[in-house]
Amino acid sequence: MNTKVDNERQQPGILAEMRNLLRQNVRNYAMYIALFVIFILFYFLTNTTFLSARNLTNLVNQTGYVAIMAVGMTIVLIIQQIDLSVGYAAGFFGACAAILMAMGVPVGLAILIVLLFGVITGAIQGLIIGKLGVPAFVTTLAFLFIFRGLLSMVTEGSGTVVVTNEFFNNISNGFLPKVFSIWGKHGLTLVVFALMMALIIIMQIKKRQEMQRYQFALISTPLMVVGIGFLLLLLGWLSFSLSGYNGLSWSILLVAIVTFIYDFVLKKTRLGRYIYGVGGNREAAALAGINVRNTVIFAFASMGMMSALGGILYTSRLRSATPTAGAGFELDAIASCFIGGVSTTGGIGKVVNSVIGAFVITSLTNGLNLMGVGISYQYIVKGIIFITAVAFDVRSQGRKAI
Amino acid sequence: MDDYILEMRDITKIFPGVRALDLVNFKVRKGEIHCLVGENGAGKSTLMKILSGIYPWGDYEGAIYYDGELKKFSNIRESTEAGIAIINQELAYVPEMTIFENIYLGHEIMKGRLINRNEQIIQTRKLLKQVRLDINPTTKMSELRVGTQQLVEIAKTLSKSAKVIILDEPTSSLNEQESTNLLSLLRELKRDGVTLIMISHRLKEVVSIADTITVLRDGKTVCSLDATTKNVDEFEIIKYMVGRDMKNIYPHRTEKKCDEILFKVSDWSAFELKKRKNVLKNLSMTVKRGEIVGIAGLMGAGRTEFALSLFGNVPGYKLTSGKIELEGKHLRLDSPMDAIRAGIGYVTEDRKVNGLVLMQDIKFNISISNLSALMKGVVIDEQKEILTASKYQNDLSIKSTSVHQKVRNLSGGNQQKVSLAKLLFTNPKLLILDEPTRGIDVGAKYEIYSLMNQMVAQGMSIIMISSELLELIGMCDRLYVMSDGEFTGELQREEFSEHRIMEMATNIRKEI
Repeated sequence: MNTKVDNERQQPGILAEMRNLLRQNVRNYAMYIALFVIFILFYFLTNTTFLSARNLTNLVNQTGYVAIMAVGMTIVLIIQQIDLSVGYAAGFFGACAAILMAMGVPVGLAILIVLLFGVITGAIQGLIIGKLGVPAFVTTLAFLFIFRGLLSMVTEGSGTVVVTNEFFNNISNGFLPKVFSIWGKHGLTLVVFALMMALIIIMQIKKRQEMQRYQFALISTPLMVVGIGFLLLLLGWLSFSLSGYNGLSWSILLVAIVTFIYDFVLKKTRLGRYIYGVGGNREAAALAGINVRNTVIFAFASMGMMSALGGILYTSRLRSATPTAGAGFELDAIASCFIGGVSTTGGIGKVVNSVIGAFVITSLTNGLNLMGVGISYQYIVKGIIFITAVAFDVRSQGRKAI
Repeated sequence: MDDYILEMRDITKIFPGVRALDLVNFKVRKGEIHCLVGENGAGKSTLMKILSGIYPWGDYEGAIYYDGELKKFSNIRESTEAGIAIINQELAYVPEMTIFENIYLGHEIMKGRLINRNEQIIQTRKLLKQVRLDINPTTKMSELRVGTQQLVEIAKTLSKSAKVIILDEPTSSLNEQESTNLLSLLRELKRDGVTLIMISHRLKEVVSIADTITVLRDGKTVCSLDATTKNVDEFEIIKYMVGRDMKNIYPHRTEKKCDEILFKVSDWSAFELKKRKNVLKNLSMTVKRGEIVGIAGLMGAGRTEFALSLFGNVPGYKLTSGKIELEGKHLRLDSPMDAIRAGIGYVTEDRKVNGLVLMQDIKFNISISNLSALMKGVVIDEQKEILTASKYQNDLSIKSTSVHQKVRNLSGGNQQKVSLAKLLFTNPKLLILDEPTRGIDVGAKYEIYSLMNQMVAQGMSIIMISSELLELIGMCDRLYVMSDGEFTGELQREEFSEHRIMEMATNIRKEI
C-alpha cells in the first residue's frame, strides 16, 4: 500500500517536479533565470569577452554600491515605503568621507563618522515619516533636494576631491592578498569560495533535516542534489575564473557580509518579523503590539547607513568624489529590488534576491557597454527589462490569487 | 405553470485541484425572493460569479437560460445589459464622489458630448425615493453610513434597469434596524416585479423573507425549499447546510459562577478630534472572572472605539477621563503592547483589515503577538515556533495542510481561529472579541462558541461585541447595551430579550 503511494508520487519524474516547483516559485527564481539568460546572451554577443575573468571582476566591483543600497532599500520597500534620497545621499556622504580624509582625519574614523551621519539623517527622515505622518515619497524627495544641495555645497570650492588614501581606494578596487597559490591560482580566493560552498551544503542539509522532522512537504532528493549541484558548479566556476585573475575583491566580500547580516536579521530575528508584519498589514501589526513607528524609523536609519556605505564604495571606486556623484542611484536600487521580486505592495521580499537583481542591472549595463551600445539605448533597454520583470511578477502573483 | 426567469443547469466549475461546483442546478422564478444559503466554501459566490459573467462562458460547464434564452456571458457588462446586477459584500463605490456621480458612473446620462448633470440629479432623486432614501443626491458617498451606502448601491442597479438583482451578504455589516429596513425594501422591490437573489448567513432573515431557499453544500445543490407553501425554519436549513442535525446553535456551558471582579472600567470618556465630539461618555463596566459579558448596540454606537481604547489604541481620539483596573491593580495603557503585557487581548472586528497578515503563513501570524516567548538569544527559535503554532492548530482545530500554509488561502472560519490563536498565545486574562463570528459559516460559528466556553472555563474572561442579538443572548452571562457612546442599560441573563435590547440600543426610553 505504502509503496504504491510512493510510486505514484514519484511517477511525475524529476522534470515534472522541476516544472511544478518553478511554476510555484516563479518569484524566487525569476531573477536567477534572467541573470542566466543575460549571461549566456552576452557571452555570445560579446565574443566571450563578457565572461572573461577580467570582465567578471569588473562587473562584480561595479555592482558593489548598487547591491549595498538595494539591500537597504529592500527593507524600506517591504514596509511599503520608498526612499528617493539615497542617490544624492550616497554622493554627499562619499564626498564627506573624501573631505574628512583630505582634512587629515584617519580613514577608519572618517568611515565611521560618515556611517553614523548616514544613520542619523536616515533616522530623521524615518521620524518625519513615522511620527509626523508625512508620506515617504514627499519626505525623501525633499531630502533628495537637500542632499543635492549639500553635495554641491561641500564640493563647491574644490570641485572634484581626489582621494589619495590607499586603504580607502582599495575597498572598491583592491583584492584579497595573494598569500599563497593553488595550481598557480589565487589561493585565498579558492579557500573563501570553498568555505562558502561548504557552508551552503551544511545549511541545506540542516534545513532539510529540520523539515523532515516536522514532516513538511519536501522537494525530492534528486532534485535537491541537482539544485545544489548547479549552484556549486556556478560558484566553482566563478571561483576558478576569478582566482585565475586578481582573485576575490574586497567589495564583493563586503556585499556578501552585509547581505548575510541583513538576511539573518530578516529571517531569524524579532526585528525581521516586525518588518514583514508592518509591511504585510500595518494595522494588524500595530494591534499585535508592534511599535510601527520604531520599525519605520529603523528601516530609514538602516537605509541611511547603507546609502553612506554605498557612497563610500562609489567614491573609493572612482578614487575621488565628484559634484554629480550619486545621481540616479536611487532608481537603480529600487529597480534592483523590484527585479529581485520585492512586492510592489509591500510585505514580501528577500535581500539576497535584491542583490541578484542588482547584478542583473549591472550586467545589462556592462554587457551593453562591451557591445558598444550607446548610453541612450542602454537606458531604453533597462526600462524595457524592468517593466517586463515587474509585469511578469505581478502576473504570476495574480494567477496565484485566483 | 412555473415561470422561471433564470435557470442554471448542471453547472460545473473546476479550479486547479478543487471542484468548486459539481452539476449544480439553480432555478429562479420571476418576481420571487430566492435565498441561496450554504456554509463558506459551499460554492455560493462562485455560482453567482458565473451568473454575472465574472467567470466567462467556456470557463465552466453547463448552461444558463435567462428569459428562456441560452446566455453566454463573457463579462460583467454583458450580464448587466441583459438585466442581471450583482451587489457584492464589499461595496464598490468611489468615496469622494457624490451619490449621483456614483450611480451614473460608467453609464452617464449625456447631452451631446457632455454629461447632463442636472438630469442625473433629477433621476437620482427618483431612484432614491424608490429605495426610500430621503437624502440629497449631491451628498458624498463617504459621508453616508454603511446601511445607506447599501441602499444607494441598490438604487444604482435600478438605474441600470436590472430585472434580477443579486445581493451577496447584504446585511453582514448592517445593524438590526438597518437590516429590517433593507429587508422590507427588498419586499417592495419584489412587489414592483424585480427578482432578487440573496446570499446570506443570517438564517433568521432568510426564513423571514425567502420565497424559495436553495441550499448548497460542497459544491452541490442539496435542495430547493419552497417557503411559500410550507413553513421552513432555521433548524431545518441548518440541517441541510451541514448535513447533520444541530439541535442547538449555542453550545451548552456549565455555569461556574465566580464573584471575583477581574476587570473594572470607570468613568471612561473619549473625545474624537476630527468630529469634535464626545464619542465615549462616562462608561463604567465590570467583568468577573470566567464571565462572558456582551456589549450590544447599533452600528456607530461606539462599541469598537470603546474596545480599542481599552486596548491602548486611540488614533484620532483623546481620552478625557477614566480608570482601568485589572485584578485590583490600576493600569495605564498607552499602546496595544502595554495592554498585551498587562493581559488584555483584542481580536479585531475585521480580520482581513487589521487582524491578519494575509500573505504570511499561520505560524507567522500566531507568533507575531508574542515573539519574546520564542526567543533563543537574539534569534527566534523556529522549532519552538512551529511546535507552538501546531499546538494551537490542534487545540482550535484550524483546518490546513500545515502551519506553513498562507493565511490568505484559509476559509473565513479558519482565519478567525488564527486571529484568536494569535491573542491566546499572549496568555490574556481578559479577551475582547469584536464581532467574532462575522462572515463565517454556521459550523465554524459553533466551534468559535465552544472555544469561548472552554476559555472561560479555564478562568479567562471575555467581553463580546456583536451585532447579532441572538448570539449575544445565547452566549453571554450579562450584557451592556450601548447607544451613542453611552451605556443605556445593563441586563442579567434572565432579563435578556431581543425586544428589550433593541429598545435600549435605540434609546427609546432610558433605563439604567
